[in-house]
Amino acid sequence: MSKYLPLIRRIVASIVFAFFLFVFLDFTNSLNNLTGFFPKIQWIPALLSLSGVLIFLFALSLLFGRIYCSVLCPLGILQDIISYISRKIRGKKKSRLDYVEPSTIIRFSIMGVVLLTFVFGSSLVVLLLDPYSSFGRIASNLFRPLYILANNAIADLANSSGNFFFYKVEITTVNMLSVLTATGMFLIIGAFAWFRGRLYCNMICPVGSFLGLLSHFSLFKIRMNESRCTHCTLCEKKCKSQCIDSKNGFVDQTRCVTCFNCVSVCKSGGVSYQLSLPQKSPKVQKKEKKSIDNMERRRILASTGMMLLSIPLIRAEQLADTSKLTAINRQTPVAPPGAGSIKEFSGKCTACQLCITQCPSDVLKPATMHYGLEGIMQPTLIYTNGFCNFSCTLCTTICPTGALKPLTIEQKKTSQIGIAHFITENCVVYRDETDCGACSEHCPTQAVKMVDYKDGLRIPKVTPALCVGCGGCEYICPATPYKAIYVEGNSVHQKSEKIAEGKQDEPQVDDFGF
Amino acid sequence: MKRRDFFRSTAFLGLASIFGSDKIRAIGATEMAVAQSPDLVAVMGGEPEDMLEKALKEMGGIKKFVKKGQKVVIKPNIGWDRTPELAGNTNPKLIKKLTELCLKEAGAKEVIVFDHTCDNWQKTYKNSGIQDAVESAGGKMVPGNDQSMYKEHEFPKGIKLKKALVHQAILDCDVWFNVPVLKNHGGSKMTISMKNLMGIVWDRQFFHSNDLHQCIADSCTIDKKPALNIVDAYRVVKTNGPQGRSASDVAVLKTLLISPDFVAVDTAAVKFFNQVQAQKLEDVKHIFNGQDLKIGTTNLDAINIKKIKI
Repeated sequence: MSKYLPLIRRIVASIVFAFFLFVFLDFTNSLNNLTGFFPKIQWIPALLSLSGVLIFLFALSLLFGRIYCSVLCPLGILQDIISYISRKIRGKKKSRLDYVEPSTIIRFSIMGVVLLTFVFGSSLVVLLLDPYSSFGRIASNLFRPLYILANNAIADLANSSGNFFFYKVEITTVNMLSVLTATGMFLIIGAFAWFRGRLYCNMICPVGSFLGLLSHFSLFKIRMNESRCTHCTLCEKKCKSQCIDSKNGFVDQTRCVTCFNCVSVCKSGGVSYQLSLPQKSPKVQKKEKKSIDNMERRRILASTGMMLLSIPLIRAEQLADTSKLTAINRQTPVAPPGAGSIKEFSGKCTACQLCITQCPSDVLKPATMHYGLEGIMQPTLIYTNGFCNFSCTLCTTICPTGALKPLTIEQKKTSQIGIAHFITENCVVYRDETDCGACSEHCPTQAVKMVDYKDGLRIPKVTPALCVGCGGCEYICPATPYKAIYVEGNSVHQKSEKIAEGKQDEPQVDDFGF
Repeated sequence: MKRRDFFRSTAFLGLASIFGSDKIRAIGATEMAVAQSPDLVAVMGGEPEDMLEKALKEMGGIKKFVKKGQKVVIKPNIGWDRTPELAGNTNPKLIKKLTELCLKEAGAKEVIVFDHTCDNWQKTYKNSGIQDAVESAGGKMVPGNDQSMYKEHEFPKGIKLKKALVHQAILDCDVWFNVPVLKNHGGSKMTISMKNLMGIVWDRQFFHSNDLHQCIADSCTIDKKPALNIVDAYRVVKTNGPQGRSASDVAVLKTLLISPDFVAVDTAAVKFFNQVQAQKLEDVKHIFNGQDLKIGTTNLDAINIKKIKI
C-alpha cells in the first residue's frame, strides 16, 4: 500500500492543479460560482475569511501533517512540476539532494513579520507571500496571456473557415506592476524548485512555517525505523524538503510536506508513514531531538526579535501615498461590489487575481497605487474595456478571502460602489451642440438621464441616489481627451434607491397612427 | 468562389440593381408604378410569428428576398442584457421565425445572426433569448465583440461618416435583414431601423462625438442595403430607453412594420409610437437627415402602405 502513496498524491495533486490552472486561464466563466471551490480551501484565504473550511484544514493537518503543501497548494504543486522538469533535464544524479539544517531564523522571522504586520493592520506582506495568491498572480499574469494568444490564433483559423465556436479575446487584465511581481515570484520559486526542491516552502512561505509548527502535533508522521534502516541514504536523496537525516535516522517534521517519496523509495521498510503521537518518538532520537528543540526555541526567540525590529519599517511604508491623480482626477478608487468598505476590503484581499480573471465585463484590473502601497494588485474598477454588469455577482461569490462578500442579484442592483460625476464643459452636447446620450443609454437605472437642454437637444443629468457606480457612462463617453462623466468611488459602499418593479402597460391602441 | 457562382451572382446583382434603382426612383413619384407589392406593410394584433408571415406574404414572400443556397444575415437589436419581457432587444420569437423561413422555406445555405452589443455579448446573446431562438432554428450566432471581425468600408455618400469598420458578416453575405425593436432612446430620441445600423459598425463612439443623427443617416447610405427593415413593435420600450429600467417602461402593442425603406418605416414607427408616448417626428433628426441623403421618404402619403389587423 505505502508504495502507492506517492502515486495517489500525484493523482490528487494533478486534479487540484488542473483545476487551478483552468480557473485562472479560462475566460468563458464555464465554472461560474464553482470557480471559488478550491481557492476557498486554501490556508490564508480561509484564515482571512474565518470560514468553516478552517476546521477541515486544521483537521487535515493535525491528522496527516503538511499534506496541504503537497496536494492542495497550487504553488507547491507548481514547484513539484518544476523540480520534475529539472530532474528530467539535469539528470537524476545531479538532482539528488542531501539533508540540510533548517533555516529556522529566516522562516520564523518571515512568519512573524506576516503575523505582526497583519495584526497591526497591514496586509501587504500577507498579500505578497500567500502561496495561493502568488500562484494566482503567476497564472493570470504569465500563463493566461499565452493561453489567450494561443486561443486567438486558433480562433483566427476557425473563424476564417466559418466556425465561430472559438472567438478572440483581448488581454486586458494585466499591467506592468502585476506582470513584474508575478515574474519575480516565478523566477524565485523557479530557481528554488529547480535546484533545491521545496526549499521555498521551508524557508520563505509563511504557510509552510505555520504548518511546520502545526505538524508537530499531527497524528500521522514519517518515521525512520532504526532496526530496519540500512542507511542506504536513498530516502534522503529523494527528499525534496531535504529534511531526512538518514545517518541519524531523523526526520525534521516541520519541513516534511508528506510527499511519501521516501516511503516508496525505501526497499527495506526503514521509512514508514504511521500513527505516532509526539511523546512516543523512538528512544534513539529522543536526546538529539530535545537538543534540536532547544536550539529551535532559541532561534524562534531570535527571530521574534528580528520581526519586532522590522515593524517600524513596515509602518513607515504604510504611510506612503494612497491616492494617485488621474486625468479625470478620481479621488477615491472604485472597489468591486461586495467590498463593503475599501478599508475592510483592502485589509483582506490577497490580490490573487481570481475575480480579475473571471470578471465577464473586463472591468476589474489589478490596482497600481489606487489603494496605496498596501493594496497593490488588488482589484479595482477601471472602465477602459467595460463596465460592471448590472445583474452580475460573480466576483462576490468566488472571492476566497472574504474581501468581497457574496451579494444576491437583488442586493447587487442597489449596491452603490461609486457615483457618476458629470463635467458639463467636456460633454459633446455642450461643446458641439449635437445629440449624444451614450452615457444615459448605458445607464441601467437611469441615474444618468437625458433632460431637455435647448433646441430639442438633451443633456445628461445625474441623480446620485439612483447611481450604482457601474461605470457604463464613463466607459462609453465619447468625449476626448477627457471624458465628460466618470465614477467617483465610495470609500464605504452605499445602498442606492431600488427601482420599482412596475407592470407592463397594455394600452388600447387600435390605429397605426399614420 | 466558383465560376458558376460568380456568373450567377453578377447576373443577380445586375438585375437587382436595375430593378432596385427603379424602385427607389418610383418612391415619391407616381403610385401607379409600384402597384404590385406595397412599400410598407403594417400588421397589428397577432403573435410575432403570425404577423411576420402575413407581412412577408404581402411583400411577395420570403423567396422573393432569399434565393436557394444564399448566405443570409439577420441583424436584430441585441444591445442589452435584458430578458425578452423588458423589450430591450428584438423579440426572439420574431428572429426564430425569420431564421426558419430563410432556411426551410427559402432554402438559404446559412443564417448568421449577430450584433455589436453594448452589454457583455455572451450574457446579452443568452439572456435576450435570441441565441437559443436562432440555434434551435438552425441558424448561427456570430460574435461582434472583436475588432478583427470588422473590415473597413467606404460610405461615399456619407457627410460625417466617410468610412467605418463594418462587420464582415454583413459584407460577406448575399442578403441581410435589419430587424430592430422600436424603442424610446435617451440619445437619438428613438431607435428604430436606421439607428440599428450602429450595431454593424465597430466604432460607435465616432457617431456620438461627430453629430450622432448625421452619422446614423450616413451609415444607412451603405451600398449593401438590407433587403427589408423588419421593425418589431410587439413590446415597446416607451420610456427610459433604450434599456428601460423595469416592466413599467414597456408597452405591449403587438405590431410589426416592414419596408425596404429605412426612412419610411422609421417615420411610420414614430407616428405609431406617438400614440402611446408623445414624440415629435421633427426631433428624431436622423430620419430627416436620411431623407436629405435620398435614402427614403418621410412622406407616407406618397408610398403604397398595406395595413393589416389580425
